[in-house]
Amino acid sequence: MITAAAQEQATYLNESYGIKSWLLTKDHKRIALLYLGTITFFFFLGGIFATLIRIELLTPSGDLVSSETYNKLFTLHGVIMVFFFLIPSIPATLGNFFLPLMIGAKDLAFPRINLLSWYLLVIGGCFAMYAMLAGGVDTGWTFYVPYSTSYSNGYVIATGLGIFIAGFSSILTGLNFIVTVHRMRAPGMTWFRLPLFVWSNYATALIQVLGTPVLAITMVLLICERSLHIGIFDPARGGDPVLYQHLFWFYSHPAVYIMVLPGMGVISELVSTFSKKPIFGYKMIAFSSVAIAVLGFLVWGHHLFVAGQSVYAGLVFSFLSYFVAIPSAIKVFNWTATLYKGSISYATPMLYAFGFIGLFTMGGLTGLFVASLGIDVHVTDTYFVIAHFHYIMVGGTLMAYLGGLHYWWPKMTGRMYPEGFAKLSALTVFLGFNLTFFPQFILGYLGMPRRYHSYPDEFQVLHVMSTMGASVLAVGYAMPLVYFIWSLRYGAIAGPNPWGATGLEWKTASPPPTHNFDETPIVTTEAYDYAALEAAKVG
Amino acid sequence: MVDHLLYFLLAVAAFFSIGIFLCIFYFAVRYRRRSESEMPTPIEGSMSLEILWSVVPFGLTMIMFVWGANVFFTMSRPPDDAQQIYVVAKQWMWKLQHTEGQREINELHIPVGQAVKLTMTSEDVIHSFFVPAFRTKSDVLPGRYTTTWFTPTKPGKYHLFCAEFCGTNHSAMIGWIYAMEPQDYQAWLSGGVTGTLASSGEKLFQDLACANCHHLDDQGRCPILRNVFGSQVRLSDGTTIKADEAYIRESILNPSAKIVAGYQNIMPTFEGLVTEEGVLQLVEYIKSLSPKPGVLPPAATAAKPSKR
Repeated sequence: MITAAAQEQATYLNESYGIKSWLLTKDHKRIALLYLGTITFFFFLGGIFATLIRIELLTPSGDLVSSETYNKLFTLHGVIMVFFFLIPSIPATLGNFFLPLMIGAKDLAFPRINLLSWYLLVIGGCFAMYAMLAGGVDTGWTFYVPYSTSYSNGYVIATGLGIFIAGFSSILTGLNFIVTVHRMRAPGMTWFRLPLFVWSNYATALIQVLGTPVLAITMVLLICERSLHIGIFDPARGGDPVLYQHLFWFYSHPAVYIMVLPGMGVISELVSTFSKKPIFGYKMIAFSSVAIAVLGFLVWGHHLFVAGQSVYAGLVFSFLSYFVAIPSAIKVFNWTATLYKGSISYATPMLYAFGFIGLFTMGGLTGLFVASLGIDVHVTDTYFVIAHFHYIMVGGTLMAYLGGLHYWWPKMTGRMYPEGFAKLSALTVFLGFNLTFFPQFILGYLGMPRRYHSYPDEFQVLHVMSTMGASVLAVGYAMPLVYFIWSLRYGAIAGPNPWGATGLEWKTASPPPTHNFDETPIVTTEAYDYAALEAAKVG
Repeated sequence: MVDHLLYFLLAVAAFFSIGIFLCIFYFAVRYRRRSESEMPTPIEGSMSLEILWSVVPFGLTMIMFVWGANVFFTMSRPPDDAQQIYVVAKQWMWKLQHTEGQREINELHIPVGQAVKLTMTSEDVIHSFFVPAFRTKSDVLPGRYTTTWFTPTKPGKYHLFCAEFCGTNHSAMIGWIYAMEPQDYQAWLSGGVTGTLASSGEKLFQDLACANCHHLDDQGRCPILRNVFGSQVRLSDGTTIKADEAYIRESILNPSAKIVAGYQNIMPTFEGLVTEEGVLQLVEYIKSLSPKPGVLPPAATAAKPSKR
């Protein structure tokens, strides 16, 4: 099968050369790398905004930048991180690269549409960058009306257009994944033999296809309201500002699951591989992904408990919100149970997985606080909410993304990253993250409102802690950027299966050939069957 | 009340996070990989465990839901004897009016031990009235009234924040709530006031020539306003509506929206002619024309207009 000769074999990387071979590629693996470069750029751009915000908040008075600039900083941080990093992050890079490999397919179902979706993200990003360079936008990433339609002086329309266009990128990726999972599984790859990463990306794709059009409609209405004054949202023109919030969160709450579900899929892979055990409760984890995708559509109103919606609507949305907690809890319990009597390796991806489980648990449990009507009234729109969603999106999604990137890096590039530096960076990220965001729970409970440029003196100690944490975090994030690039040239040769993992992606060369598999794989075992893997090695 | 619920949630959250951390830590050490060749026994899963760890969290979350909803219901229902304060928010200040006539900016003086009900609106964008010490927060929207209420229990000075992003100086839209002993509050109230809020409303009512059509006691071209507040009004389309603050506001700014049965759609709009504060004064005046049986707000008696 795979021998030392694999080194000289054609891979997707050396199959052709030149900029055109990348910009016009139809190979899902190359497109995944295009995405990887793009979102890495946006991640560090959003990170620069975050850094400036944290430095500004070192002191109670607004002294580093003006209020107007500060408002633009947190708006751009949110817009860039949500729409141009987190939403595409795991599905468009790791999903794009590995979903076809994991199901034994040659490519995604629609390779050209896949390329188109990357171009759409880039074009959307260009609009957002134009808005940023032309003078910025200061509405917050939520664009609440009537501020965004009638009062803001920022470049709302350009930013809205950027998000509108990037949304189609997300829809097309979702569509591609759904069709691919239905139609392109290798012989013997039944639904219940799919790796859980595929299940979670499938569930994510459902939300992308069903939810994102609502965001597109909302953005169009917002743009029309601002430019043509049509009177949908602005009460001065007979519109309803709360309607905007319903429309916005109808997408943007499920979008939280677009961000975190693929991360959960990554964690399922990592926990199994690095315990050398099949995942505990495979079907429960698979179904809980779909359950989260469906239930996620029914809870948007919990963002509006104090926004002027009726008390009864608040009751219904609070009740339904608690239903999402159950499938999330099931996942955490099953991951923990998988460790029981395993053979647990402390490789870097597993450290990220441990980090994810811990931080996601805290993010999820604080979600119970904000879902409880009585508590939410006090903590909504404060730093408590900021801390809560950063625990989910950064502590959850970003940890999973980095874990997955370390896990699959040898497969993507054929090279190992330096394990010592990687472990150090995982530890740095974990400690820096907690130091940054844990104090924010306390700040929020004490009443520090979000989006404040200056604040009363009594909050300063906690803000200083948070800023200290952020500088540690920045170091933790910069390290992988350096050693990943270093490893491209100097990393040890990885071999096809450095982790002893079971997925089909590990049965082909690293990096894989353009058509993924020399011959179509035939699946005869369940997912995560380590005994069969061992038997094949011996035999 | 909110804090007890919070302690319960904290206890549940701490129990589960510490439990999961300990399990992960213990398993990770106890079952660490000792040799590359070891092969753990696969465990498929356990339905009874799955059911256990679905049902127990579900039960706990339902306690959180019911408890939280209960607290929320109480927060949403101001008691009948609550003292009324009117709030108008604009970029970037809070304007507050007492029924007794005092007007404040970014400050609110209130007595301890007395429930205070706020009726709020915004002149421009969405704001949010947030007093962390009272565990209260309510968005303040343009074009409609929202309400919130609280009862300060300890005299002191408490932060008032705008909690909904409202533009450049959002973080400067802050103020103080002064909770005072009742006698201090009475002393504060008596200082330098020209007239009650209802009397300002009555003056506005005259200035805007409302009285030409809305006679107080006998039939004019428009509905009689005495005792209208709080009553059920029959509309020309056959439906009935309770005459509350929002209805009165709409009838002033957009009179053709709801026509009282038996009347013509002849009233012009006062949109742009009267400020949000003015509308609130008119509302208070019309309220004062319908004194509640039993609880007589002091303002209403004082402001009772002379019969014409």
